[in-house]
Amino acid sequence: MSLDMPKFSDLDALYDEENALVGTAMYEDPDLFAEEMEKIFKNTWVWIAHESEFPDKGSFKLSNVGLEPVIVVRDRKGKIHCMVNRCRHRAATVCEVKKGKTSSFQCPYHGWGYGLDGSLRALPYPEQYGDDFDKAQHGLLKLRTESYNGMVFATFKEDIEPLEEFLGEAVCRYIDLFMKQGGGFPVKVLGEHQFTVPMNWKVQLENTTDAYHFPVVHKSFMQTLDGQTEEMFDFLDKGKGWVEDLGNGHSIMMMIPELEDLDANLDAPIPARFEELAQEIRDEGYPEDQVKKIVRAVGGAGFNLNLFPNVSFSLAFFRVLTPISVEQTDIRHIAIGMDGGPDAANQARIRLHEHFQGPMGFGSPDDAEVWERIQRGTKGGEDLKILVNRGMVDEVDGPTGPRGHISAETGMRAAYKMWKGLMAK
Amino acid sequence: MTEMSKIDTKSLLADVTAFIWAEGAMLDAKEYDEWLDLWTADGLYIMPIGDTVDFKNSVNLCYDNAKMRKDRIGRFHQGFSISSAPPAQTVRTLSRFRIEGTEGDLVTVTCAEHVIEDKFGRQRVWAGNVAYTLKATEGGFRLHQKIIRLLNSDGMLNSFSYLF
Repeated sequence: MSLDMPKFSDLDALYDEENALVGTAMYEDPDLFAEEMEKIFKNTWVWIAHESEFPDKGSFKLSNVGLEPVIVVRDRKGKIHCMVNRCRHRAATVCEVKKGKTSSFQCPYHGWGYGLDGSLRALPYPEQYGDDFDKAQHGLLKLRTESYNGMVFATFKEDIEPLEEFLGEAVCRYIDLFMKQGGGFPVKVLGEHQFTVPMNWKVQLENTTDAYHFPVVHKSFMQTLDGQTEEMFDFLDKGKGWVEDLGNGHSIMMMIPELEDLDANLDAPIPARFEELAQEIRDEGYPEDQVKKIVRAVGGAGFNLNLFPNVSFSLAFFRVLTPISVEQTDIRHIAIGMDGGPDAANQARIRLHEHFQGPMGFGSPDDAEVWERIQRGTKGGEDLKILVNRGMVDEVDGPTGPRGHISAETGMRAAYKMWKGLMAK
Repeated sequence: MTEMSKIDTKSLLADVTAFIWAEGAMLDAKEYDEWLDLWTADGLYIMPIGDTVDFKNSVNLCYDNAKMRKDRIGRFHQGFSISSAPPAQTVRTLSRFRIEGTEGDLVTVTCAEHVIEDKFGRQRVWAGNVAYTLKATEGGFRLHQKIIRLLNSDGMLNSFSYLF
């Protein structure tokens, strides 16, 4: 199939932008999926890591850009590189350790050795390739790599705009606000939950910008919260929040506006439910102004920032999707904390993470169930459309794009608009 | 830990095996209120990720004290959790029991656990190493700590609507 001649020439049937209707094939057509992996995941910036996951010179971790397995690594000067995990000789992976530290990568098959920057350093018996064998032409396949505030992205598209331009000013501002949950310390990855779900990747893309489902799917989670926290999560009834299209497929879902900026109102008294934690932090020797800042940061920010196509900054963690096949998607819920911060604060963050997230959480299993139910449901009624038109009735112009009610599907429309733009190229 | 040669390991092994099998049957039958009663008040039910032993400072699959256990069971019971209404059905086998040591009224036992779950017409298989710390009381053993390490705890899992 030539990429110049898309099979899916009728993109309007897949996403009708005017009426915000999505075709069922979007979730279940394997040919469409194959085209998405080329036109989307090889043509945009894709999130691959947080810098704290490979902090030192020689530290690396395995990741993915779409279907492609990659290695993210820091070289001896600390520069970040991303390369496809495939030996240039006969294609074996050169690394199967998920995370670690090394001085080089060596293919296990014939011993080709690569440097931390992906360059081919040495190979056994090179003379059999002749005198004109050029090692410089046989390095690991490199991706362009850039970071913003600790978040590392890579792209196969050499001539794409710089990362900051792709994100845009509004997104960068929200990333900076999100990272304030370090409470004055650098944000550090503390661990992660991983689970795979029989669903199309776009079901997940939609979900982090979907406040409408929260009180329904997460009722049983809400019931295990204390009264104050439950009230805070009751963002649908209070209706002060919003969803806004931030351009390039990105969106913000502002659930708890009073927690948009964690440094605002730091003079406010510490809520009773955090008093025990505050005392533990005081006992670790922190002064009162810092205690307030740390306690405020423990619960995370008041919003989900959704970046197209694969990462969301969700309240207090990162949610990353990796497409596996048209009907399978891997999900990572990455817990973050305060690098060098008080143990009590990081423990509190970890326990909050475990409470909702992951295979045994009080929230994620119910999300996973409904996502699978979507994939099962799309086996019926092929001609029916999936509705992402909620909240179009009273959408207004926000600072960067359409802004709708907190339960509006504005963020999904933002993502599908970007999807369509990339698929049309 | 008491020297193993000084206790009647054969009889103890039979006792702890009977207790753990009964607990396993309880979990397969989803007799969760009875299961909650098996615990000591300060007991911990933990499913770690990877090989960590510092559970408190690590992200675990679960790290349940009495309140979390109670809330977890409440979630299973109340019918609002779509993943547990209905839940997957399970059949488990526990074997390869070994008494690791005893200290006072505590006995540490390790074993292998295989769980097969069934939902939506598909079955999934899970395997894990389990370490129990049981407390001997007048009314029989109580669960004081249960650590389940799934073989692929640091890999891609699915979501669980039941207990291991």
